[in-house]
Amino acid sequence: MTAITPDPLADEAARIAPEAEREGETVRMNMIQAINSAMDVMMARDDNVVVMGEDVGYFGGVFRATAGLQKKYGKTRVFDTPITECGIIGVAVGMGAYGLRPVPEIQFADYIYPALDQLVSEAARLRYRSAGEFIAPLTVRSPFGGGIFGGQTHSQSPEGIFTHVSGLKTVIPSTPYDAKGLLIAAIEDNDPVIFFEPKRIYNGPFDGHYDTPAKNWSSHPAGEVPSGYYRIPLGKAAVVRPGEAVTILCYGTMVHVVANTIAETGVDAEIIDLRTLMPLDIDTIMESVEKTGRCMIVHEATRTQGFGAELSAVVQERCFYHLEAPIERVTGFDTPYPHSLEWAYFPGPVRIREALKKILKD
Amino acid sequence: MTGDPKRANLPPMSLHVPEPKFRPGDDVDFSDFDIPAADSARRPDTGDNPRDFHELAFGLVRVLDDQGKAVGAWDPKLDADTLRTMLRSMALTRAFDERMFRAQRQGKTSFYMKSTGEEAVSVAATMALASDDMCFPSYRQQGILITRGYSLVEMMNQIYSNKGDKLQGKQLPIMYSSREKGFFSISGNLTTQYPQAVGWAMASASKGDSRIAATWCGEGSTAEGDFHSACTFASVYRAPVILNVVNNQWAISSFSGFAGAEATTFAARAIGYGIAGLRVDGNDPLAVYAATHWAAERARTNQGPTLIEHFTYRAEGHSTSDDPSAYRSAQEWSSWPLGDPIMRLKNHLIALGEWDEDRQAAMDKELAEMVRAAQKEAEKNGVLGHGMHQKFETMFEGVYEDMPWHLKEQQQQMLDEDVAAGRPGPRR
Repeated sequence: MTAITPDPLADEAARIAPEAEREGETVRMNMIQAINSAMDVMMARDDNVVVMGEDVGYFGGVFRATAGLQKKYGKTRVFDTPITECGIIGVAVGMGAYGLRPVPEIQFADYIYPALDQLVSEAARLRYRSAGEFIAPLTVRSPFGGGIFGGQTHSQSPEGIFTHVSGLKTVIPSTPYDAKGLLIAAIEDNDPVIFFEPKRIYNGPFDGHYDTPAKNWSSHPAGEVPSGYYRIPLGKAAVVRPGEAVTILCYGTMVHVVANTIAETGVDAEIIDLRTLMPLDIDTIMESVEKTGRCMIVHEATRTQGFGAELSAVVQERCFYHLEAPIERVTGFDTPYPHSLEWAYFPGPVRIREALKKILKD
Repeated sequence: MTGDPKRANLPPMSLHVPEPKFRPGDDVDFSDFDIPAADSARRPDTGDNPRDFHELAFGLVRVLDDQGKAVGAWDPKLDADTLRTMLRSMALTRAFDERMFRAQRQGKTSFYMKSTGEEAVSVAATMALASDDMCFPSYRQQGILITRGYSLVEMMNQIYSNKGDKLQGKQLPIMYSSREKGFFSISGNLTTQYPQAVGWAMASASKGDSRIAATWCGEGSTAEGDFHSACTFASVYRAPVILNVVNNQWAISSFSGFAGAEATTFAARAIGYGIAGLRVDGNDPLAVYAATHWAAERARTNQGPTLIEHFTYRAEGHSTSDDPSAYRSAQEWSSWPLGDPIMRLKNHLIALGEWDEDRQAAMDKELAEMVRAAQKEAEKNGVLGHGMHQKFETMFEGVYEDMPWHLKEQQQQMLDEDVAAGRPGPRR
């Protein structure tokens, strides 16, 4: 493959919030540290914020996202749980009904399914079915996505299951800066939020070149994170790279893979990091597609009835007369996530380049 | 069947599929039914170790004997006024059920579920709790709301999904919610309330509060995974919660054997979790009160959770959509050895010289009138059969705290389509 080019996100200053909204000195953080910092900030600000999950307490989490929190805030606010995902979410719903603001962790998104009933039937519906008498202000954090040789049960991207559920919000950050600001906004939000953390980019942005050394966040501008409170509003996408030729909608790890591939190809694409999938920032998407006339969607999740299908539908409905080519989807294939064939499965630079050729043909 | 010829001579195994003792048309004989004497159960200290509850988990806590006398260590020694209040709430629950069942048959609502025969389980338990303890009920504990003095008209408004319905017609009838009365929003999904109650109790404890939580599920629902996760959490964190299992013998058409009752009691499940387990005569209001009071004290003093199996009988069909004569003998309820909870409490009060048949008849008449008056009042707000009573756009409210653009758009689309089609109905 080609040599690694400078990260196009490095020039993106628009995604950084105005200084006035931030608190504290800016320090270097990777995504795990930023997520840890968000919980730290929120636990200090609000006594009702509690962190719970498998291995999150004394040990600080299998990815270190909750390191040090139990020592600082005590065992009744940061605690280990039994290994029962339906229990973790069910208990969190009850805590929310009491008036707490729980931040439960599901160790891997692949293991969120035992909690689906509590999320879909309870957390998502509680406000609606009680006409606002009870609410479920949970933020369910869970590492998700592939690119780490995680095989079938440490690589999945189940966001489409949750965006389909009325009453849930789904958020996926792509940088340390966004991760902290979005997580703070999610914890403050009175609706249940599914907060998926792309574990492939916990330690550094991944450009899709699995055969070259991994980068870390130390040289990336979005690795500069305010130590105090700030928030990035839910429901707002970020234009990562402005362009005229094609709009590329993506989120999570794929933001970096797309951005790097675009830098390598020299295509003048407009890259949009959705950040929040539900509710979707439709204005930013429409404005972009109406300008470029072309739309490509890139996600790791399997294709059929993945979130890309919804994106494709809304773009088709709203921008039909502006479209100059069929909408392209570059996604995971409709198979379980394979172990040894990971790089054939992963929607990386090769597949994105081919899709670009197709969509830019005429 | 086996592929290995070396095992060809072994006797074939067989699969056991439980079967209830009596089916439609069968004569019912409960003569082998083991009923422990009313004064036989020991009353442990509330701080005792759960591992010492074996005999209580397999026995039956009872207070009222065959003569209607309160006997034994579990006698809560309630005064006559309290007993009359208890009787009244149970009778009101039954009168309400009768009326609403009929309302469903008259087409005034789509659905109803009675709690006939199980009134003690909700009423007596609620009376043993503080008024601000939080209840996480299933759909068959309407007696909680009635005991706490919730408005009958509000309950009926919900059942009718009428314009007075506080839940805006969003919920199936009887899926009440009352934060004010400490009554958690009922969900159709079974036993989801169990871990939620535990979480509420954990939150209360972690905040240094003095309130406890109580939750109810049927014996059939103990088979759900949430029952297991709730018991595990309750035990691990010693949550101040009372886990009630209402064993009314039937889960729709499935008898309790399909939830594991042939092998053990439901109270005995507590043993494996390290939770104090009590098995109680659920048709004995004083036993239900005493056990709940005991469990509440245990919870409030940080001694941990209690699982109470209320041994009772579902006297009526599962719901208005169910016909129990299709799967069980009609004689079961009339010959049920533990009787009717209302009759037993009535006989107790009469035995004490604090009540008589005339007063009972007068009370029943008064309660029937009260329910009828409430029904009249509620029906002023409409009944389900008479169209949609809520403003259509409320359908989109409360999905989220603030309505996102896509719901606003769908809401507008619905209103536009509605106007274009000339559909009658309340708007704006």
